[in-house]
Amino acid sequence: MRIRHSLSVLCAALLLGLPALGQDQVDDIPRLSDGTPNFSGVWQSLTTANWDILSHGASAGPPEYGALLSVPPGRGIVDGDEIPYLPEALEQKQRNFESRWTEDPEAKCFMPGTPRANYMPYPFQIFHSESGMLFAYQFAGAARIINLVDHQTSAIDSWMGWSNGSFEDDTLVVDVTGFNGLAWLDRAGNHAGFRLRVVERYTFAGPDAIDYEATLEDPETFSRPWTMRFRLYRVAEPDAHLMEFKCVEFTEELLYGEFYKRPEG
Amino acid sequence: MSKQTTIFAATVPFAMLAAMGCEAQVARTPWGDPDLQGLWSNATLTPLQRPDELGDKAFFTPDEAEAYVVERIEATNADRTIGQTGSVGSYNDAWFDRGNSIVPTLRTSLIVDPANGKVPPFTPEAQQQHEANLVYSQEHPVDTPADRFLTERCIVFGGGAAPLFPEPYNNNYYIVQTPDYVTIMAEINHEVRIIPIDGRPRFAEHVLQWVGDSRGYWEGDTLVVETRNQKTNRFFYGVQMLNSVMSDQFSVVERFTRTAPDQIRYEATIEDPAVFTAPWSVEIYMHPQEGPLVEYACHEGNYGLTGMLSAARAEERRAAEAESTGQ
Repeated sequence: MRIRHSLSVLCAALLLGLPALGQDQVDDIPRLSDGTPNFSGVWQSLTTANWDILSHGASAGPPEYGALLSVPPGRGIVDGDEIPYLPEALEQKQRNFESRWTEDPEAKCFMPGTPRANYMPYPFQIFHSESGMLFAYQFAGAARIINLVDHQTSAIDSWMGWSNGSFEDDTLVVDVTGFNGLAWLDRAGNHAGFRLRVVERYTFAGPDAIDYEATLEDPETFSRPWTMRFRLYRVAEPDAHLMEFKCVEFTEELLYGEFYKRPEG
Repeated sequence: MSKQTTIFAATVPFAMLAAMGCEAQVARTPWGDPDLQGLWSNATLTPLQRPDELGDKAFFTPDEAEAYVVERIEATNADRTIGQTGSVGSYNDAWFDRGNSIVPTLRTSLIVDPANGKVPPFTPEAQQQHEANLVYSQEHPVDTPADRFLTERCIVFGGGAAPLFPEPYNNNYYIVQTPDYVTIMAEINHEVRIIPIDGRPRFAEHVLQWVGDSRGYWEGDTLVVETRNQKTNRFFYGVQMLNSVMSDQFSVVERFTRTAPDQIRYEATIEDPAVFTAPWSVEIYMHPQEGPLVEYACHEGNYGLTGMLSAARAEERRAAEAESTGQ
């Protein structure tokens, strides 16, 4: 019985031209015609990490908004629940926290950076084919082309970084460099610098979930590399579709209001 | 390669391929759709509307085309105006990317319909609105960001929304396809157009997006994309070029056809019955672009808008002070 079952799996694998299933591979995940896991879909995390990637209890937001902008609790997404800041970087984190309601790049509708874009409370959509891969984020319309071939180094510094992707068995590994160091990691002011390198790992945990892991390394900000992990869930409604959230126009009063000409009186 | 050779290389294979019916041999995705994927550019020196001096001349001869290309490259060279009196300076020519050729058909305008190569006349109501807009803009050039072009505010660029008109720079596109979607990312302003082709229903009429709501389908080997639900704004890039009028009846039908391995023919028909007295159509060609695309961050570094607003307020203060001291 067992032998026959194994044989049938082997035959199926041979027939489909798929690599034999290893221990870590899930066999009910969507795949492209070449056997690669197909990451296409609308995805979103279910964490409160955009408020604070470390564990945190609930707390108040600006009083004028009541419960709307108060902070929901969360268990954090960082291994060991600790970010190994160098002393100066920790001071910067504290300064960021004090000024977060105006200085968080999210408030200004700036591109959120990688990895923050993956755990914001907005969906993102992956378009994945045998010859291309694009991540389209709802927030600020940020986007990342994942270079699956012809890996190069970034020509410029950028908010979302320069993404070189490859597959290790069924895991998509994206090596992200070329950052401009201006993005924050959350609304609590956690941050990294322009020497940041993020190595992301996307592994299916069933057809509608991805286990996400990112290791962050920046010798000018952190004393050692550290890792965050959380799960991404497929937005599975049949009409799931990334709608536009171009938030720039909603920030103009905040950013330029002091220079507006207003009606007299 | 000389300009002459460039034009030859661009036109003859196109004509030959069309004549040989080679469209049937188009590259296909593993699931059988024509493959439009990769990096493309729609940069061209061909103007949207036929210049007045060309009258009813719809096509250049190859010699005329060569002369026109030389003339346009010279005329649009931004370095010529740098340092001139009254100019505070802007980008030098290195930043621009209008291409170095005209469309391979040698047409004298991107507009192919109506036959005169011009945008059809406005309706009387639209004409009135257009004139009112001009007066308002003169009186309120920069009270708030809403008085400025959408591009100056980094909200949406021409490459982000239908119709895809070429811009002065960053005319680069990345197309990725799945069985359910064709998605077009424009380098300019990292604009992503997500086009479902799986027959899903449209958004409700009141749900508006700057890029509109696009739905596509394959008609033979041509991708047809119908777009409506665009936010109306008189400073929309294409609309701005068309003298600043747009209504909520604005709609676009685009047709993408891979006419050769190194070519996508892009056709778009624009309709806005409240604004134009007739629909009108453009034909533009996309050609492969060497990568990579890089991030175009606009809003994040928008010192220009701060500069315009604060300078206007400073001038008003100066004028008020001068008036109060009687100077």
